[in-house]
Amino acid sequence: MSMSLLVFLAFIGITLGITYWASKRSRGATAYFAASRQLTGAQNGIAVAGDYMSAAAFLGLVGIIAFQGYDGFLFPVGGFVAYVFARANDTGEAVPTMKGTLDMIFVRRPRPVKAMASVSTLTICTFYMIAQMVGAGALVALLLKDSGISYRTAVVGVGTLMIVYVVFGGMLATTWVQIVKAILMMAGATVLSILVLAHFHFRPGEFFAAAGHVAYHNNGQAVVKDFLQPGLRYKPPYGTLDLVSLGLGLVFGTAGLPHILVRFYTVPDAKTARKSVMWAMVLIGSFFIMTSILGLGAAAIVGPDYIATHGGNNMSTPLLAQRLAGDLFFAFISAVAFATILAVVAGLTISASTSFAHDFWTSTVHKGVERHPGEEVRVARMAAFGVGAAAIAIAIGVGPAANVGFLTTLAQAVAASANFPVIVLAMFWRRFNTWGAVTGLAVGLVSSLGLILVSPSFMGVDASSVSGAARHVIQARAWFPLENPGIVSIPLGFLGALVGTLLSDEPAAGSKFNELLVRSQTGLGAEKAASY
Amino acid sequence: MPEEIIASQETRAGWDRIAATPEFRGLMTTKKVFIIPVFLFFLVYYFALPLLVGLAPHWMSTKIMGGANRAYVFALSQFVVAWVIAWRYLKAAGKFDRRVQEIVAQADESRGGK
Repeated sequence: MSMSLLVFLAFIGITLGITYWASKRSRGATAYFAASRQLTGAQNGIAVAGDYMSAAAFLGLVGIIAFQGYDGFLFPVGGFVAYVFARANDTGEAVPTMKGTLDMIFVRRPRPVKAMASVSTLTICTFYMIAQMVGAGALVALLLKDSGISYRTAVVGVGTLMIVYVVFGGMLATTWVQIVKAILMMAGATVLSILVLAHFHFRPGEFFAAAGHVAYHNNGQAVVKDFLQPGLRYKPPYGTLDLVSLGLGLVFGTAGLPHILVRFYTVPDAKTARKSVMWAMVLIGSFFIMTSILGLGAAAIVGPDYIATHGGNNMSTPLLAQRLAGDLFFAFISAVAFATILAVVAGLTISASTSFAHDFWTSTVHKGVERHPGEEVRVARMAAFGVGAAAIAIAIGVGPAANVGFLTTLAQAVAASANFPVIVLAMFWRRFNTWGAVTGLAVGLVSSLGLILVSPSFMGVDASSVSGAARHVIQARAWFPLENPGIVSIPLGFLGALVGTLLSDEPAAGSKFNELLVRSQTGLGAEKAASY
Repeated sequence: MPEEIIASQETRAGWDRIAATPEFRGLMTTKKVFIIPVFLFFLVYYFALPLLVGLAPHWMSTKIMGGANRAYVFALSQFVVAWVIAWRYLKAAGKFDRRVQEIVAQADESRGGK
């Protein structure tokens, strides 16, 4: 049995232990959905950071930087700025995303809005989950190829574990798995960054010089590129627009990411929430800065050619660990990445299933009344099972080659286009009403997904030598020139909400404005608005 | 959880009354004065990065310190700026919270306690 397999099994053992412990401790809906609101600021902050430092970050972001240099680094920079922007808003008040507002908009609004919000949550979660599952499958298959485990088996295995965590352990188990993983991941990334700098004798000049002369093959041609120079990914004529569009998607999408929002139900009060935000920001920021050291390090030390033939861009981090410190560290870093995937996927599953059980099942199908005690928890467990199974199937369909960091940014673009316009208009526009919210969510969702489908991510003409998963899904020139839909789909989401409101006649909408304003600013009534 | 319970907790007139109190309106003004400039600065500073990278890639590629170019140093500065803004913001949010508590206490009182 290989060393990697042993490290993996050890981690699976620990997390199943946590799940068993949590299942003994949690009773009832508050325990299942919000870990009984017992977490401290530091615990929650580490878990929040863990949610955001996904495998997509650990593997995908480093991979993008290792292949596209500086342009790739714009993903973590945007990701962090977006995080601060969204979090500052929702723990502090001010703009829209905080708990009271969310309860108002997505929980207390009439049924069509809840149903639509639930659909958008499920879509965003599924996007995210596919990204994580693809990473998991590719990673496990590569690491354990001596043990004869294929991509498909690996995806099924990861999916099954995650379903076990969520169905049996609820939020408490999910949170502790996240905390354990976040600590391991920070430790791994820090050690690896120090090893990279040590490789260059702790002289920044040497490090940047090496990153400035990376030799590799591009379309069969040997090239030497400066990886610190912008322009490797985003080129004229649309490069600038695409970059701005990427930024828009990140900044406004993070505010609407459902799996990060539910984390804030798990602490007792606003002060603890703020403390946890401080923890999260320090951890996430340091981690994202390290992705540049790891990515440029991987490009300079391991080289894009070697990475491309040993598992592809998502394997940059583990391969760097192997090159610098041997097989044991490779196994450790791989296990951390694996742990990350499990933890984040579990977190996504719990928010998707919570949203489904609460917003769709209880509120929409049964008009806000639980028919039997405990029904909502049972439905959430069943939904977790369903969502998990769907993600497994899609991840197998997508295949192992997609870059997982990029898939996540698309999820954020969808969140920005569908959720963000509705949140903003609900806060600032007195006339905004139910139909506006429904059309805004629907237009944002459909337009962002549609634009992604006709973008260069899916459409393109490949040479006949390009085979398998690297080929574009649709073999035709892309209709939409940008990879990131945000710059068009966010305004469309706003427009949809605007038109929906103006075309419908709902006289009571204006009088709800003061209620929404006061509730979102003071939190009055918020505690009672949601059952978790 | 049935929603009717919440709706009865505060009446329509109740929400309107709280929204009209000088305490609530004062709080909104203080927040706007603090938040809007910070928010605008944040947006401008962040979007300057993709714009400069896209429009002036050669200028951004100039090495300025320790072998790093303008583009990299500017990207790192985004982290520092975001940290500072977040820290200031969270401190201010603590102060806002105390004023919110007063407003909530007042609302409870005028409803005849809970």
